[in-house]
Amino acid sequence: MIEIFRFEFMQNAFMAGMMLSLVLAVVSFFVVLRRLSFIGVGVAHSAFGGVALGALLGISPTLTAIGFAVAVANAIGYIGKQGKLSTDTAIGIFFSLAMALGVIFIGMSEQYNVDLFGYLFGNILAITRTDLVIIAVLGTLVLASIFIFFKELLFVAYDREVALVSGMPVTFLDHFFLTILALAVVISMKIIGIVLVSALLVIPGAAAAQITRRYVSMIAVAVVVALISTIGGLFISYYADLASGATIVTLASAIFFITFAASQIRK
Amino acid sequence: MKTTAQETPSKRPVYVELDDVWVAYDGKWILKSIILQCYAGEIFGIVGPNGGGKTTLLNVILGLVRPAKGRVKLFDQPPGTNSRLDIGYLPQISRADRSFPVTVLDVVMMGLYSKLGFFNRPDRQSKEIAMNQLSQVHMEDYATRPFGILSGGQQQRVNIARALVSKPKLLILDEPSTGVDSVAQEDFYELLAKLRDEQGISVVMVSHDIGMMTSHADRVACLNTQLHYHGEPDSCFIPDVQEKVYGKDMKVMVHDSKCVTCFHRHEDHD
Ligand SMILES: Nc1ncnc2c1ncn2[C@@H]1O[C@H](COP(=O)(O)OP(=O)(O)OP(=O)(O)O)[C@@H](O)[C@H]1O
Ligand SMILES: [Mg+2]
Repeated sequence: MIEIFRFEFMQNAFMAGMMLSLVLAVVSFFVVLRRLSFIGVGVAHSAFGGVALGALLGISPTLTAIGFAVAVANAIGYIGKQGKLSTDTAIGIFFSLAMALGVIFIGMSEQYNVDLFGYLFGNILAITRTDLVIIAVLGTLVLASIFIFFKELLFVAYDREVALVSGMPVTFLDHFFLTILALAVVISMKIIGIVLVSALLVIPGAAAAQITRRYVSMIAVAVVVALISTIGGLFISYYADLASGATIVTLASAIFFITFAASQIRK
Repeated sequence: MKTTAQETPSKRPVYVELDDVWVAYDGKWILKSIILQCYAGEIFGIVGPNGGGKTTLLNVILGLVRPAKGRVKLFDQPPGTNSRLDIGYLPQISRADRSFPVTVLDVVMMGLYSKLGFFNRPDRQSKEIAMNQLSQVHMEDYATRPFGILSGGQQQRVNIARALVSKPKLLILDEPSTGVDSVAQEDFYELLAKLRDEQGISVVMVSHDIGMMTSHADRVACLNTQLHYHGEPDSCFIPDVQEKVYGKDMKVMVHDSKCVTCFHRHEDHD
């Protein structure tokens, strides 16, 4: 075995990375098609409030982060639907509110036993066996729900008005997808980081969209892009001693620019 | 009474019923006292000036816009998820993104998704149904092409196929002939007449092409905030409506661009 896999934390990181690639790639397919990338940013940052609350209460930050992210994602979706405020505005408000609450919670807690910096920017050393189980369970849940409601999610993403009129429960599907998005963000935050994960909610799908005009192949390409970015990013970060999340995102962006350039040349 | 295609409309089921419907946007009445009944097996045409409220009226029928006052019934129930399964809908402006990664066949198959229900995937049979529908609008050769590369009129034909593919009982069409060439238009109206005669479907259709409407629709009404019925007196079978609109001694009206009732407040004469 290569030297890098001698360490258990590296094995964990690679396993987590591969599972997350699959989840984030499929989610990013819809994020790109539905133009939800800013919601991705907002939901990811709102998880910070949850992590800080977990630290304050001394309970699992993952649990509280799920609560925060799911609540904020659905609140943004709800406000955007009322039509008085744009979704954009709702994101701007909730995003900063959750961050502000996070800062207040940190101020209130006496000891700093939670690695907040790690949550913000990702820490490959932090992935435990428990985290792997959480990622596997929630990741499977996310993928399975997308698989089950794929045709509905696709139709709503393509033409929500016609989907609604044909009898699709559009409002339910919107909140359903936002919840899935929130779960995907939370399980990724330890390794990639709250600040950086939103990049992987966009780049795999965006890169795939440059290459293909069929949705099945778009999902496949997105998965490949995400896998190359995470696996490659983990290798590079280990050998070059760089931050894992940042390396993954930089590599993913590089792949995006290559696909973008390729599609421009092909035109 | 004269014997016409709508000889005994009252014996046929009523698919759409609007009873004294009023709609306002930002404090301004867009629709006033709309009374409309559309029966199984008829093509109901709506014409009228831009901003006259035609799209709004269709949205009311579909349950997308809630009236401030009045009652709406679709297949004898308030518009909702259930009644929508029997509707084929063609919006005036498609909001779909041209770069969306779907083929022409994918788009038509979407018309089948709701009827397939949750947990069921489109299978080979759905594919065949969609292909048949595509050939009815003469777009079968494009089935595997990306939808976004089609011309505007071709896209409209594919969208028409999507509206028809689930064999709906009621078709709601907002300017179906937009961008479609005259041969395809003639084909399309023939197809509608065939569906009406063979399957008894009913069509509520908005168009600016008054000539086309008068020759292909069974009844034509003009909408300019209020709904005015036109044509032979026999074809207007809601007597009190006529009184409201035209007064007691109503005259036979022939609908054309000089129609005073409809266009008197507007400069544009189609
Ligand atoms: N969502 C909305 N909010 C505010 N006003 C609206 C809205 N939708 C329509 N209106 C107004 O209602 C009126 C009727 O619009 P509608 O789209 O029903 O007209 P239309 O008869 O379909 O016109 P066109 O022939 O141009 O399609 C217009 O004056 C329009 O400005
Ligand atoms: Mg209109």
